[in-house]
Amino acid sequence: MSAGPENRKEPSLGALVLATEGGEFSPPGVEEFFFPPIVDGITKPMVLAVLALLICVSFYLLATRNLKVVPSKFQFAAESIYDLCRNTIARDQIGSAEFRPFVPLILALFSFILVNNIFGIFPVIYFPTLSHIGYALAMSVLVVYPVYHIAGMRKHGVGRYLRNQLFPPGVPKAVYILLTPIEFFTKFVANPLTLAIRVFAAMLAGHLLLLVFTLGGEYLLTEASLALKPVSIISWAFVIVITFLEALVLVIQAYVFAVLSASYIGAALAEEH
Amino acid sequence: MILAQGVGELGSSIAAIGYGTAAIGGGVGAGLIWAAVINGTARQPEAQGKLMGIAWISYVLVEVLALIGLVLFFIA
Repeated sequence: MSAGPENRKEPSLGALVLATEGGEFSPPGVEEFFFPPIVDGITKPMVLAVLALLICVSFYLLATRNLKVVPSKFQFAAESIYDLCRNTIARDQIGSAEFRPFVPLILALFSFILVNNIFGIFPVIYFPTLSHIGYALAMSVLVVYPVYHIAGMRKHGVGRYLRNQLFPPGVPKAVYILLTPIEFFTKFVANPLTLAIRVFAAMLAGHLLLLVFTLGGEYLLTEASLALKPVSIISWAFVIVITFLEALVLVIQAYVFAVLSASYIGAALAEEH
Repeated sequence: MILAQGVGELGSSIAAIGYGTAAIGGGVGAGLIWAAVINGTARQPEAQGKLMGIAWISYVLVEVLALIGLVLFFIA
């Protein structure tokens, strides 16, 4: 991450036009994502991750404490999320025979990521935990990756599992020279990495976009010439529009993480590739 | 020497152009996927649910290419 401030010393054309008074606009970069620790060694994303865990746990405990046949609104909301994770995600991707043991994992992943992502547009907090790649990597490499390989190995045995995964049937023998390394790279390296990078980069980009328009509006209001000050309102109006876009993206990213985890598990359990 | 210095100053601009180029691929891919979904839904509206599931999975595979480009932009 070497896109440091020294690269931005040269004022761009836009900055030259705008900066009739005061300083030059320096666009927000990756450094905006690193906060000084709140207490020694404990940073904001750590606190948010624990908070998200507490929110998820207490939400489901409260929603399932007093279950009724005719659900309350609260119970209905929880049941809708459960239904999405169980039927739309897990059953469709893993298959109706074997999806049951994985429903809690899929539900937990979806809810935890969704809450963490909502933090990105939640007033006061305004920070998506997963815009630090460590959190996304932990969930994909330490949770999903072992789960789907171990599930596949327990079902098929190590040898048959690897054969299923690395030697997909129905291709001429010579093609395996090319296909097996690609399959190996996909299954053991690319899948967990892209799973993490996808949600991380989407959250980073969305948060950065919000920062650009917020700080740009602030800069226009405080530093630009009088004629340009009202433009800051347009910039802040864009913040609202982008917040709605973010609201869509963050739900999709949580959904996609859960769907892909389920699809990897399904692929590992499948009889034939 | 001068060339290297010039590249250093232009580095972030080149990275931005690189990301823009990378986004073309993702854009074309996403367009093809959703065009296929719209076509399929128009031909067979009852298949929409099934098509959407497949479409999201293919879409995220395409999307990640553009997102990897974004990560590389910050690394460069």
